[in-house]
Amino acid sequence: MIKTKGLKKSYKTRQKRKTTSVDAVKGIDLDVAEGEIFGFLGPNGAGKTTTLRMLATLIPVDEGEATIAGANLRTDQAQVRRSIGFVAQGGGTTDDVTAREELILQARMYGLSRTEAATRAEEAIAAFDLTEFADRKCKTYSGGQRRRVDIALGIIHRPKVLFLDEPTTGLDPQSRAHMWDEIRRLRANGMTVFITTHYLDEADALCDRIAIVDHGEIVAEGTPDELKREISGDVVTVGVGELSEKAAEVLKDQPFARGVEVRDDGELRLNVDAGDTAIPQIMRTLEGAGVPLSTIELHRPTLDDVFLTKTGRSLRD
Amino acid sequence: MKVLRDTWLIFQRHILLMVRSPLWVFLGIAQPVVYLVLFAPLLKPALQSMGATSMLDAYRVYVPGMLVALAIGGGLYVGFGLLGDLANGVIERSRVTTVSRVALLLGRALRDVVTVVVQSLVITVLSLPFGLITNIGNILLGYAILALISLAAAAISYGIAIKVNNPNVLGQVINNVAQPLMLLSGTLLPLALAPLWLRTIADYNPFNWAVTGMRALYAGNPGDTHVWGSLVFCGAVVIAAVAWSASLFARSVK
Repeated sequence: MIKTKGLKKSYKTRQKRKTTSVDAVKGIDLDVAEGEIFGFLGPNGAGKTTTLRMLATLIPVDEGEATIAGANLRTDQAQVRRSIGFVAQGGGTTDDVTAREELILQARMYGLSRTEAATRAEEAIAAFDLTEFADRKCKTYSGGQRRRVDIALGIIHRPKVLFLDEPTTGLDPQSRAHMWDEIRRLRANGMTVFITTHYLDEADALCDRIAIVDHGEIVAEGTPDELKREISGDVVTVGVGELSEKAAEVLKDQPFARGVEVRDDGELRLNVDAGDTAIPQIMRTLEGAGVPLSTIELHRPTLDDVFLTKTGRSLRD
Repeated sequence: MKVLRDTWLIFQRHILLMVRSPLWVFLGIAQPVVYLVLFAPLLKPALQSMGATSMLDAYRVYVPGMLVALAIGGGLYVGFGLLGDLANGVIERSRVTTVSRVALLLGRALRDVVTVVVQSLVITVLSLPFGLITNIGNILLGYAILALISLAAAAISYGIAIKVNNPNVLGQVINNVAQPLMLLSGTLLPLALAPLWLRTIADYNPFNWAVTGMRALYAGNPGDTHVWGSLVFCGAVVIAAVAWSASLFARSVK
Protein backbone atom coordinates (compact mmCIF):
# COMPACT_ATOMS: atom_id res chain seq x y z
CA MET A 1 0.00 0.00 0.00
CA ILE A 2 2.96 2.27 0.74
CA LYS A 3 6.23 1.58 -1.03
CA THR A 4 9.22 3.84 -0.84
CA LYS A 5 12.76 3.57 -2.12
CA GLY A 6 15.61 5.77 -1.03
CA LEU A 7 13.41 8.60 0.23
CA LYS A 8 15.61 11.57 1.14
CA LYS A 9 15.14 15.04 2.49
CA SER A 10 17.59 17.63 3.68
CA TYR A 11 17.11 21.11 5.05
CA LYS A 12 19.31 24.12 4.64
CA THR A 13 19.91 26.05 7.81
CA ARG A 14 21.87 29.22 8.25
CA GLN A 15 24.05 29.55 11.26
CA LYS A 16 26.66 32.22 11.78
CA ARG A 17 26.50 33.20 8.11
CA LYS A 18 27.25 29.66 7.04
CA THR A 19 24.66 27.65 5.22
CA THR A 20 24.73 24.06 6.30
CA SER A 21 22.66 21.23 4.97
CA VAL A 22 21.05 18.94 7.50
CA ASP A 23 20.04 15.51 6.27
CA ALA A 24 16.73 14.92 8.02
CA VAL A 25 15.88 11.75 6.12
CA LYS A 26 18.72 9.75 4.59
CA GLY A 27 17.17 7.13 2.37
CA ILE A 28 14.09 5.38 3.70
CA ASP A 29 12.87 2.12 2.16
CA LEU A 30 9.44 1.00 3.22
CA ASP A 31 6.92 -1.59 2.21
CA VAL A 32 3.69 -1.30 4.14
CA ALA A 33 1.02 -3.88 3.39
CA GLU A 34 -2.66 -3.18 3.01
CA GLY A 35 -4.65 -3.29 6.24
CA GLU A 36 -1.78 -3.17 8.69
CA ILE A 37 -0.88 -0.73 11.41
CA PHE A 38 2.67 0.27 10.68
CA GLY A 39 4.65 2.13 13.30
CA PHE A 40 7.54 4.49 12.84
CA LEU A 41 9.34 4.37 16.18
CA GLY A 42 12.16 6.69 17.07
CA PRO A 43 13.27 9.56 19.26
CA ASN A 44 12.36 13.17 18.56
CA GLY A 45 14.34 14.50 15.64
CA ALA A 46 14.82 11.10 14.04
CA GLY A 47 13.08 12.20 10.85
CA LYS A 48 9.74 10.53 11.53
CA THR A 49 7.58 13.58 10.99
CA THR A 50 9.60 14.70 7.98
CA THR A 51 9.06 11.31 6.34
CA LEU A 52 5.38 11.43 7.14
CA ARG A 53 5.00 14.93 5.74
CA MET A 54 6.74 13.87 2.53
CA LEU A 55 4.41 10.91 2.16
CA ALA A 56 1.41 13.16 2.84
CA THR A 57 2.44 15.53 -0.04
CA LEU A 58 3.08 18.39 2.38
CA ILE A 59 6.75 18.81 1.60
CA PRO A 60 8.56 17.88 -1.60
CA VAL A 61 10.76 14.81 -1.79
CA ASP A 62 14.43 15.54 -2.49
CA GLU A 63 15.35 12.12 -3.78
CA GLY A 64 13.86 8.68 -4.04
CA GLU A 65 10.58 7.21 -5.13
CA ALA A 66 7.33 6.46 -3.37
CA THR A 67 4.06 4.89 -4.37
CA ILE A 68 0.99 5.20 -2.18
CA ALA A 69 -2.12 3.19 -3.01
CA GLY A 70 -0.72 2.76 -6.51
CA ALA A 71 -0.14 6.46 -7.17
CA ASN A 72 3.30 7.94 -7.66
CA LEU A 73 4.03 10.47 -4.95
CA ARG A 74 6.13 12.68 -7.19
CA THR A 75 4.08 12.71 -10.35
CA ASP A 76 0.50 12.17 -9.19
CA GLN A 77 0.02 14.17 -6.02
CA ALA A 78 -3.68 14.71 -6.67
CA GLN A 79 -4.33 10.96 -6.71
CA VAL A 80 -2.18 10.45 -3.61
CA ARG A 81 -4.18 13.13 -1.80
CA ARG A 82 -7.43 11.39 -2.66
CA SER A 83 -6.16 8.11 -1.22
CA ILE A 84 -4.69 9.35 2.02
CA GLY A 85 -5.75 11.01 5.23
CA PHE A 86 -3.29 12.85 7.43
CA VAL A 87 -3.60 13.92 11.05
CA ALA A 88 -0.83 16.19 12.28
CA GLN A 89 0.49 15.98 15.80
CA GLY A 90 -1.28 19.15 16.84
CA GLY A 91 -4.45 18.39 14.91
CA GLY A 92 -5.87 21.35 13.04
CA THR A 93 -9.26 22.56 14.15
CA THR A 94 -10.47 26.14 14.32
CA ASP A 95 -11.50 27.30 17.79
CA ASP A 96 -14.65 29.16 16.86
CA VAL A 97 -16.42 26.51 14.83
CA THR A 98 -18.01 23.21 15.83
CA ALA A 99 -16.80 19.71 15.05
CA ARG A 100 -19.78 19.26 12.75
CA GLU A 101 -18.87 22.39 10.79
CA GLU A 102 -15.27 21.22 10.54
CA LEU A 103 -16.32 17.77 9.34
CA ILE A 104 -18.62 19.24 6.68
CA LEU A 105 -15.93 21.67 5.49
CA GLN A 106 -13.36 18.88 5.37
CA ALA A 107 -15.65 16.65 3.31
CA ARG A 108 -16.42 19.53 0.98
CA MET A 109 -12.73 20.31 0.55
CA TYR A 110 -12.47 16.77 -0.81
CA GLY A 111 -15.11 17.70 -3.38
CA LEU A 112 -18.23 16.22 -1.79
CA SER A 113 -21.54 17.97 -2.28
CA ARG A 114 -23.29 19.80 0.53
CA THR A 115 -25.73 16.98 1.27
CA GLU A 116 -23.11 14.23 0.97
CA ALA A 117 -20.85 16.18 3.30
CA ALA A 118 -23.61 16.55 5.89
CA THR A 119 -24.31 12.81 5.74
CA ARG A 120 -20.64 11.94 6.12
CA ALA A 121 -20.32 14.33 9.06
CA GLU A 122 -23.31 12.68 10.72
CA GLU A 123 -21.78 9.23 10.20
CA ALA A 124 -18.44 10.36 11.58
CA ILE A 125 -20.09 11.89 14.63
CA ALA A 126 -21.81 8.58 15.35
CA ALA A 127 -18.76 6.44 14.58
CA PHE A 128 -16.38 8.43 16.76
CA ASP A 129 -18.86 9.04 19.52
CA LEU A 130 -18.81 12.81 19.14
CA THR A 131 -22.57 13.37 19.55
CA GLU A 132 -22.29 14.91 22.97
CA PHE A 133 -20.10 17.82 21.87
CA ALA A 134 -20.30 17.91 18.05
CA ASP A 135 -22.31 21.13 18.06
CA ARG A 136 -20.15 22.93 20.58
CA LYS A 137 -17.21 25.08 19.54
CA CYS A 138 -13.89 23.25 19.22
CA LYS A 139 -12.20 25.47 21.79
CA THR A 140 -14.30 23.82 24.53
CA TYR A 141 -13.03 20.29 23.87
CA SER A 142 -10.76 18.23 26.07
CA GLY A 143 -7.54 16.81 24.64
CA GLY A 144 -9.08 13.41 24.03
CA GLN A 145 -12.21 14.83 22.41
CA ARG A 146 -10.14 17.05 20.15
CA ARG A 147 -8.04 14.09 19.10
CA ARG A 148 -11.12 12.09 18.15
CA VAL A 149 -12.34 14.98 16.04
CA ASP A 150 -8.90 15.17 14.39
CA ILE A 151 -9.05 11.49 13.41
CA ALA A 152 -12.65 11.82 12.22
CA LEU A 153 -11.51 14.72 10.01
CA GLY A 154 -8.64 12.65 8.68
CA ILE A 155 -10.87 9.85 7.41
CA ILE A 156 -13.98 11.77 6.32
CA HIS A 157 -13.22 11.01 2.65
CA ARG A 158 -12.66 7.30 3.39
CA PRO A 159 -8.99 7.12 2.47
CA LYS A 160 -7.15 3.86 1.90
CA VAL A 161 -4.21 5.02 4.00
CA LEU A 162 -4.25 7.11 7.15
CA PHE A 163 -1.13 8.85 8.45
CA LEU A 164 -1.13 9.71 12.13
CA ASP A 165 1.67 11.79 13.57
CA GLU A 166 2.15 10.97 17.26
CA PRO A 167 -1.54 10.24 17.76
CA THR A 168 -1.47 9.85 21.54
CA THR A 169 1.09 12.44 22.61
CA GLY A 170 -0.31 14.49 25.45
CA LEU A 171 -3.29 12.24 26.12
CA ASP A 172 -4.18 10.81 29.51
CA PRO A 173 -3.98 7.00 29.82
CA GLN A 174 -7.71 6.49 29.35
CA SER A 175 -7.96 8.62 26.20
CA ARG A 176 -4.86 6.88 24.97
CA ALA A 177 -6.40 3.43 25.32
CA HIS A 178 -9.52 4.77 23.66
CA MET A 179 -7.44 6.09 20.76
CA TRP A 180 -5.71 2.73 20.31
CA ASP A 181 -9.12 1.10 20.07
CA GLU A 182 -10.19 3.61 17.43
CA ILE A 183 -7.06 2.92 15.40
CA ARG A 184 -7.61 -0.85 15.63
CA ARG A 185 -11.17 -0.32 14.50
CA LEU A 186 -9.92 1.51 11.40
CA ARG A 187 -7.67 -1.43 10.63
CA ALA A 188 -10.62 -3.79 11.08
CA ASN A 189 -12.38 -1.78 8.38
CA GLY A 190 -9.51 -2.46 6.01
CA MET A 191 -7.64 0.81 6.34
CA THR A 192 -3.86 0.93 6.31
CA VAL A 193 -2.64 3.02 9.22
CA PHE A 194 0.83 4.51 9.39
CA ILE A 195 1.71 6.06 12.74
CA THR A 196 4.77 7.72 14.16
CA THR A 197 5.46 7.36 17.84
CA HIS A 198 8.20 7.67 20.39
CA TYR A 199 6.31 5.51 22.87
CA LEU A 200 7.69 1.98 23.14
CA ASP A 201 4.51 0.54 24.58
CA GLU A 202 2.45 2.09 21.80
CA ALA A 203 4.65 0.58 19.10
CA ASP A 204 4.59 -2.74 20.91
CA ALA A 205 0.90 -2.98 21.68
CA LEU A 206 -0.67 -1.28 18.69
CA CYS A 207 1.50 -1.88 15.65
CA ASP A 208 1.55 -4.96 13.46
CA ARG A 209 4.95 -4.02 12.18
CA ILE A 210 7.39 -1.31 13.10
CA ALA A 211 10.43 0.37 11.69
CA ILE A 212 12.86 1.82 14.17
CA VAL A 213 14.30 5.09 12.92
CA ASP A 214 17.27 7.01 14.17
CA HIS A 215 19.09 9.92 12.54
CA GLY A 216 16.98 9.69 9.42
CA GLU A 217 17.57 6.00 8.76
CA ILE A 218 15.72 2.79 9.46
CA VAL A 219 17.88 0.73 11.79
CA ALA A 220 15.52 -2.22 12.25
CA GLU A 221 12.23 -3.39 10.86
CA GLY A 222 9.80 -6.19 11.62
CA THR A 223 6.98 -7.21 13.92
CA PRO A 224 7.58 -6.24 17.55
CA ASP A 225 8.13 -9.92 18.42
CA GLU A 226 10.57 -10.48 15.58
CA LEU A 227 12.58 -7.47 16.62
CA LYS A 228 12.71 -8.57 20.22
CA ARG A 229 13.67 -12.10 19.21
CA GLU A 230 16.40 -10.69 17.03
CA ILE A 231 18.38 -9.40 19.96
CA SER A 232 17.96 -12.96 21.30
CA GLY A 233 17.71 -14.18 24.79
CA ASP A 234 16.51 -12.72 28.04
CA VAL A 235 18.07 -10.56 30.70
CA VAL A 236 18.29 -11.69 34.32
CA THR A 237 19.15 -9.17 36.99
CA VAL A 238 20.47 -10.42 40.31
CA GLY A 239 20.78 -8.53 43.54
CA VAL A 240 23.65 -9.77 45.75
CA GLY A 241 24.41 -6.68 47.79
CA GLU A 242 28.12 -5.95 48.24
CA LEU A 243 29.22 -9.16 46.61
CA SER A 244 28.38 -8.34 42.99
CA GLU A 245 32.01 -8.41 41.82
CA LYS A 246 32.55 -11.82 43.28
CA ALA A 247 29.25 -13.06 41.87
CA ALA A 248 30.18 -11.78 38.44
CA GLU A 249 33.46 -13.64 38.71
CA VAL A 250 31.82 -17.02 39.36
CA LEU A 251 28.99 -16.54 36.87
CA LYS A 252 30.92 -15.35 33.87
CA ASP A 253 32.45 -18.74 33.08
CA GLN A 254 29.17 -20.62 33.28
CA PRO A 255 27.93 -21.99 29.95
CA PHE A 256 24.45 -20.43 30.26
CA ALA A 257 25.78 -16.90 30.74
CA ARG A 258 26.40 -15.10 27.48
CA GLY A 259 27.34 -11.87 29.11
CA VAL A 260 27.70 -10.58 32.64
CA GLU A 261 27.77 -6.94 33.61
CA VAL A 262 27.91 -5.18 36.96
CA ARG A 263 25.88 -2.02 36.77
CA ASP A 264 26.65 1.20 38.57
CA ASP A 265 23.96 0.55 41.15
CA GLY A 266 25.61 -2.75 42.09
CA GLU A 267 23.06 -4.84 40.30
CA LEU A 268 24.24 -7.76 38.24
CA ARG A 269 22.90 -8.18 34.70
CA LEU A 270 23.18 -11.45 32.84
CA ASN A 271 22.35 -12.08 29.21
CA VAL A 272 21.04 -15.60 28.85
CA ASP A 273 19.44 -17.60 26.07
CA ALA A 274 16.42 -18.64 28.07
CA GLY A 275 15.66 -17.04 31.37
CA ASP A 276 13.37 -19.76 32.71
CA THR A 277 16.09 -22.43 32.67
CA ALA A 278 18.92 -20.06 33.57
CA ILE A 279 17.40 -18.85 36.82
CA PRO A 280 17.72 -22.17 38.73
CA GLN A 281 21.27 -22.55 37.42
CA ILE A 282 22.22 -19.04 38.56
CA MET A 283 20.77 -19.71 41.99
CA ARG A 284 22.65 -23.00 42.33
CA THR A 285 25.93 -21.49 41.13
CA LEU A 286 25.77 -18.59 43.55
CA GLU A 287 24.78 -20.78 46.48
CA GLY A 288 27.70 -23.10 45.68
CA ALA A 289 30.06 -20.13 45.75
CA GLY A 290 28.67 -18.93 49.06
CA VAL A 291 27.10 -15.77 47.67
CA PRO A 292 23.72 -15.07 49.28
CA LEU A 293 21.09 -13.95 46.82
CA SER A 294 18.65 -11.20 47.79
CA THR A 295 16.67 -10.68 44.57
CA ILE A 296 16.44 -12.23 41.12
CA GLU A 297 14.38 -10.92 38.24
CA LEU A 298 13.76 -12.01 34.68
CA HIS A 299 13.31 -9.45 31.91
CA ARG A 300 12.02 -10.28 28.50
CA PRO A 301 13.64 -7.93 26.00
CA THR A 302 11.69 -4.79 25.21
CA LEU A 303 11.75 -2.63 22.12
CA ASP A 304 13.97 -0.32 24.12
CA ASP A 305 16.54 -3.14 24.31
CA VAL A 306 16.23 -3.45 20.55
CA PHE A 307 16.78 0.27 20.18
CA LEU A 308 19.72 0.11 22.54
CA THR A 309 21.29 -2.76 20.62
CA LYS A 310 20.84 -1.03 17.27
CA THR A 311 21.83 2.50 18.18
CA GLY A 312 23.86 2.21 21.38
CA ARG A 313 21.42 4.54 23.12
CA SER A 314 18.23 4.08 25.03
CA LEU A 315 15.04 5.58 23.67
CA ARG A 316 14.07 6.54 27.20
CA ASP A 317 17.03 8.89 27.60
CA MET B 1 -14.77 25.65 -11.97
CA LYS B 2 -13.14 23.80 -9.12
CA VAL B 3 -11.22 26.94 -8.19
CA LEU B 4 -14.44 28.94 -8.02
CA ARG B 5 -16.29 26.29 -6.03
CA ASP B 6 -13.42 25.87 -3.57
CA THR B 7 -12.93 29.61 -3.26
CA TRP B 8 -16.60 29.99 -2.37
CA LEU B 9 -16.21 27.21 0.21
CA ILE B 10 -13.23 28.82 1.93
CA PHE B 11 -14.81 32.26 1.63
CA GLN B 12 -17.96 31.08 3.43
CA ARG B 13 -15.88 29.63 6.24
CA HIS B 14 -14.02 32.88 6.77
CA ILE B 15 -17.14 35.02 6.60
CA LEU B 16 -18.63 32.69 9.23
CA LEU B 17 -15.60 33.19 11.46
CA MET B 18 -15.84 36.94 11.05
CA VAL B 19 -19.52 37.05 11.90
CA ARG B 20 -18.87 34.91 14.98
CA SER B 21 -16.49 37.56 16.27
CA PRO B 22 -18.67 40.62 17.09
CA LEU B 23 -15.73 42.72 18.26
CA TRP B 24 -14.07 42.27 14.90
CA VAL B 25 -17.19 43.45 13.09
CA PHE B 26 -17.67 46.37 15.49
CA LEU B 27 -14.07 47.60 15.22
CA GLY B 28 -14.13 47.12 11.48
CA ILE B 29 -17.06 49.51 11.22
CA ALA B 30 -15.74 51.89 13.89
CA GLN B 31 -12.41 52.38 12.15
CA PRO B 32 -13.58 54.38 9.12
CA VAL B 33 -15.90 56.44 11.33
CA VAL B 34 -12.98 57.34 13.56
CA TYR B 35 -10.88 58.27 10.53
CA LEU B 36 -13.61 60.50 9.25
CA VAL B 37 -14.39 62.20 12.57
CA LEU B 38 -10.79 62.76 13.65
CA PHE B 39 -9.41 64.00 10.38
CA ALA B 40 -12.34 66.08 9.23
CA PRO B 41 -11.57 69.27 11.24
CA LEU B 42 -8.06 69.41 9.76
CA LEU B 43 -9.08 68.93 6.21
CA LYS B 44 -9.80 72.34 4.86
CA PRO B 45 -6.60 74.05 6.06
CA ALA B 46 -4.47 71.01 5.26
CA LEU B 47 -5.74 70.45 1.75
CA GLN B 48 -5.63 74.04 0.52
CA SER B 49 -2.45 73.20 -1.36
CA MET B 50 -4.51 70.82 -3.48
CA GLY B 51 -7.00 73.48 -4.37
CA ALA B 52 -9.63 72.75 -1.77
CA THR B 53 -11.43 75.96 -1.06
CA SER B 54 -14.60 74.59 0.54
CA MET B 55 -15.38 71.74 2.90
CA LEU B 56 -16.93 69.79 0.04
CA ASP B 57 -13.74 70.20 -1.98
CA ALA B 58 -11.71 69.05 0.99
CA TYR B 59 -13.88 65.95 1.36
CA ARG B 60 -13.57 65.22 -2.34
CA VAL B 61 -9.81 65.09 -1.91
CA TYR B 62 -9.70 63.44 1.49
CA VAL B 63 -12.33 60.73 1.32
CA PRO B 64 -11.01 58.93 -1.80
CA GLY B 65 -7.51 58.99 -0.31
CA MET B 66 -8.76 57.68 2.98
CA LEU B 67 -10.67 54.87 1.27
CA VAL B 68 -7.50 53.78 -0.52
CA ALA B 69 -5.56 54.00 2.75
CA LEU B 70 -8.24 51.83 4.33
CA ALA B 71 -7.96 49.30 1.53
CA ILE B 72 -4.16 49.16 1.64
CA GLY B 73 -3.97 49.12 5.44
CA GLY B 74 -6.88 46.74 5.90
CA GLY B 75 -5.37 44.39 3.36
CA LEU B 76 -1.76 44.50 4.50
CA TYR B 77 -2.46 43.55 8.11
CA VAL B 78 -4.57 40.46 7.43
CA GLY B 79 -1.46 38.26 7.47
CA PHE B 80 -1.63 38.11 11.26
CA GLY B 81 -4.82 36.09 11.03
CA LEU B 82 -3.06 33.55 8.87
CA LEU B 83 -0.20 33.09 11.37
CA GLY B 84 -2.66 31.56 13.83
CA ASP B 85 -3.98 29.11 11.27
CA LEU B 86 -0.44 28.20 10.25
CA ALA B 87 0.47 27.53 13.87
CA ASN B 88 -2.58 25.47 14.79
CA GLY B 89 -2.43 23.27 11.72
CA VAL B 90 -5.56 24.46 9.91
CA ILE B 91 -3.57 25.33 6.80
CA GLU B 92 -1.73 22.04 6.84
CA ARG B 93 -5.01 20.18 7.23
CA SER B 94 -6.34 21.96 4.16
CA ARG B 95 -3.19 21.28 2.20
CA VAL B 96 -3.47 17.50 2.47
CA THR B 97 -6.93 17.64 0.96
CA THR B 98 -7.54 18.05 -2.74
CA VAL B 99 -8.79 21.60 -2.26
CA SER B 100 -7.46 24.15 -4.75
CA ARG B 101 -4.45 26.04 -3.39
CA VAL B 102 -5.49 29.22 -5.18
CA ALA B 103 -8.83 28.90 -3.38
CA LEU B 104 -7.10 28.72 0.00
CA LEU B 105 -5.69 32.16 -0.72
CA LEU B 106 -8.62 33.68 -2.62
CA GLY B 107 -11.28 32.50 -0.19
CA ARG B 108 -9.54 34.32 2.61
CA ALA B 109 -8.55 37.38 0.63
CA LEU B 110 -12.08 37.87 -0.70
CA ARG B 111 -13.33 37.95 2.87
CA ASP B 112 -10.88 40.83 3.36
CA VAL B 113 -12.19 42.50 0.21
CA VAL B 114 -15.72 42.25 1.59
CA THR B 115 -14.53 43.86 4.82
CA VAL B 116 -13.02 46.78 2.96
CA VAL B 117 -16.04 47.24 0.72
CA VAL B 118 -18.38 47.23 3.74
CA GLN B 119 -16.16 49.80 5.46
CA SER B 120 -16.25 51.92 2.32
CA LEU B 121 -20.03 51.65 2.29
CA VAL B 122 -20.12 53.01 5.83
CA ILE B 123 -18.04 55.98 4.72
CA THR B 124 -20.17 56.51 1.67
CA VAL B 125 -23.31 56.60 3.80
CA LEU B 126 -21.68 58.98 6.28
CA SER B 127 -20.61 61.24 3.41
CA LEU B 128 -24.13 61.57 2.02
CA PRO B 129 -24.98 64.67 4.13
CA PHE B 130 -21.95 66.49 2.70
CA GLY B 131 -23.22 66.09 -0.83
CA LEU B 132 -20.14 64.05 -1.73
CA ILE B 133 -21.99 61.46 -3.77
CA THR B 134 -23.28 62.75 -7.04
CA ASN B 135 -23.10 59.78 -9.37
CA ILE B 136 -23.71 56.22 -8.25
CA GLY B 137 -21.86 54.78 -11.25
CA ASN B 138 -18.68 56.62 -10.29
CA ILE B 139 -18.95 55.37 -6.73
CA LEU B 140 -19.34 51.76 -7.89
CA LEU B 141 -16.34 52.13 -10.17
CA GLY B 142 -14.47 53.44 -7.12
CA TYR B 143 -15.44 50.30 -5.20
CA ALA B 144 -13.99 48.20 -8.00
CA ILE B 145 -10.66 49.97 -7.60
CA LEU B 146 -10.81 49.53 -3.82
CA ALA B 147 -11.62 45.84 -4.21
CA LEU B 148 -8.56 45.34 -6.43
CA ILE B 149 -6.34 47.22 -3.99
CA SER B 150 -7.48 45.27 -0.97
CA LEU B 151 -7.22 41.96 -2.83
CA ALA B 152 -3.65 42.75 -3.85
CA ALA B 153 -2.70 43.98 -0.38
CA ALA B 154 -4.25 40.92 1.30
CA ALA B 155 -2.51 38.51 -1.08
CA ILE B 156 0.82 40.23 -0.43
CA SER B 157 0.23 40.17 3.32
CA TYR B 158 -0.61 36.44 3.33
CA GLY B 159 2.45 35.76 1.22
CA ILE B 160 4.72 37.65 3.61
CA ALA B 161 3.08 35.93 6.58
CA ILE B 162 3.90 32.50 5.14
CA LYS B 163 7.44 33.63 4.33
CA VAL B 164 8.32 35.05 7.74
CA ASN B 165 5.96 32.95 9.92
CA ASN B 166 6.63 35.06 12.99
CA PRO B 167 4.30 37.75 14.35
CA ASN B 168 7.07 40.10 15.48
CA VAL B 169 8.91 40.01 12.18
CA LEU B 170 5.64 40.25 10.28
CA GLY B 171 4.69 43.41 12.17
CA GLN B 172 7.98 45.06 11.25
CA VAL B 173 7.83 43.98 7.63
CA ILE B 174 4.25 45.17 7.19
CA ASN B 175 4.98 48.52 8.84
CA ASN B 176 7.96 48.99 6.60
CA VAL B 177 5.88 48.23 3.54
CA ALA B 178 2.71 50.05 4.56
CA GLN B 179 4.03 53.43 5.59
CA PRO B 180 6.08 54.24 2.47
CA LEU B 181 3.36 52.79 0.29
CA MET B 182 0.74 55.02 1.89
CA LEU B 183 2.95 58.07 1.58
CA LEU B 184 3.86 57.33 -2.03
CA SER B 185 0.20 56.89 -2.83
CA GLY B 186 -0.69 60.31 -1.52
CA THR B 187 -3.50 58.77 0.47
CA LEU B 188 -3.53 60.99 3.53
CA LEU B 189 -0.79 63.55 2.89
CA PRO B 190 -1.03 65.21 -0.51
CA LEU B 191 1.90 64.46 -2.80
CA ALA B 192 1.64 68.00 -4.13
CA LEU B 193 3.77 68.94 -1.14
CA ALA B 194 6.42 66.39 -2.05
CA PRO B 195 9.75 67.12 -3.76
CA LEU B 196 10.05 66.10 -7.38
CA TRP B 197 11.97 62.85 -6.84
CA LEU B 198 9.27 61.61 -4.48
CA ARG B 199 6.59 62.49 -6.98
CA THR B 200 8.50 60.67 -9.72
CA ILE B 201 8.60 57.51 -7.63
CA ALA B 202 4.92 57.92 -6.88
CA ASP B 203 4.17 58.06 -10.60
CA TYR B 204 5.21 54.41 -10.81
CA ASN B 205 3.11 53.39 -7.83
CA PRO B 206 -0.15 51.76 -8.95
CA PHE B 207 -1.78 52.74 -5.68
CA ASN B 208 -1.00 56.40 -6.35
CA TRP B 209 -2.75 55.97 -9.68
CA ALA B 210 -5.64 54.52 -7.70
CA VAL B 211 -5.81 57.52 -5.38
CA THR B 212 -5.71 59.97 -8.28
CA GLY B 213 -8.28 57.88 -10.14
CA MET B 214 -10.55 57.78 -7.11
CA ARG B 215 -10.30 61.54 -6.70
CA ALA B 216 -11.22 61.96 -10.36
CA LEU B 217 -14.26 59.76 -9.80
CA TYR B 218 -15.36 61.74 -6.76
CA ALA B 219 -14.82 64.95 -8.72
CA GLY B 220 -17.13 63.54 -11.39
CA ASN B 221 -14.56 62.77 -14.11
CA PRO B 222 -14.89 59.06 -14.87
CA GLY B 223 -13.13 59.62 -18.21
CA ASP B 224 -9.85 60.61 -16.50
CA THR B 225 -6.93 58.45 -17.66
CA HIS B 226 -6.16 57.69 -14.03
CA VAL B 227 -9.49 55.88 -13.66
CA TRP B 228 -8.96 53.20 -16.25
CA GLY B 229 -5.20 53.39 -15.63
CA SER B 230 -5.62 52.48 -11.99
CA LEU B 231 -7.96 49.62 -12.90
CA VAL B 232 -5.36 48.23 -15.28
CA PHE B 233 -2.38 48.77 -12.96
CA CYS B 234 -4.12 47.48 -9.86
CA GLY B 235 -5.46 44.53 -11.85
CA ALA B 236 -1.90 43.68 -12.90
CA VAL B 237 -0.72 43.93 -9.29
CA VAL B 238 -3.57 41.65 -8.21
CA ILE B 239 -2.60 39.00 -10.75
CA ALA B 240 1.07 39.11 -9.74
CA ALA B 241 0.32 39.15 -5.99
CA VAL B 242 -2.21 36.33 -6.17
CA ALA B 243 0.08 34.18 -8.31
CA TRP B 244 2.99 34.68 -5.91
CA SER B 245 0.97 34.17 -2.76
CA ALA B 246 -0.95 31.16 -4.06
CA SER B 247 2.33 29.47 -4.98
CA LEU B 248 3.40 29.89 -1.35
CA PHE B 249 0.14 28.33 -0.16
CA ALA B 250 0.91 25.40 -2.46
CA ARG B 251 4.32 24.67 -1.02
CA SER B 252 4.43 26.40 2.34
CA VAL B 253 6.61 24.53 4.79
CA LYS B 254 4.99 24.52 8.22
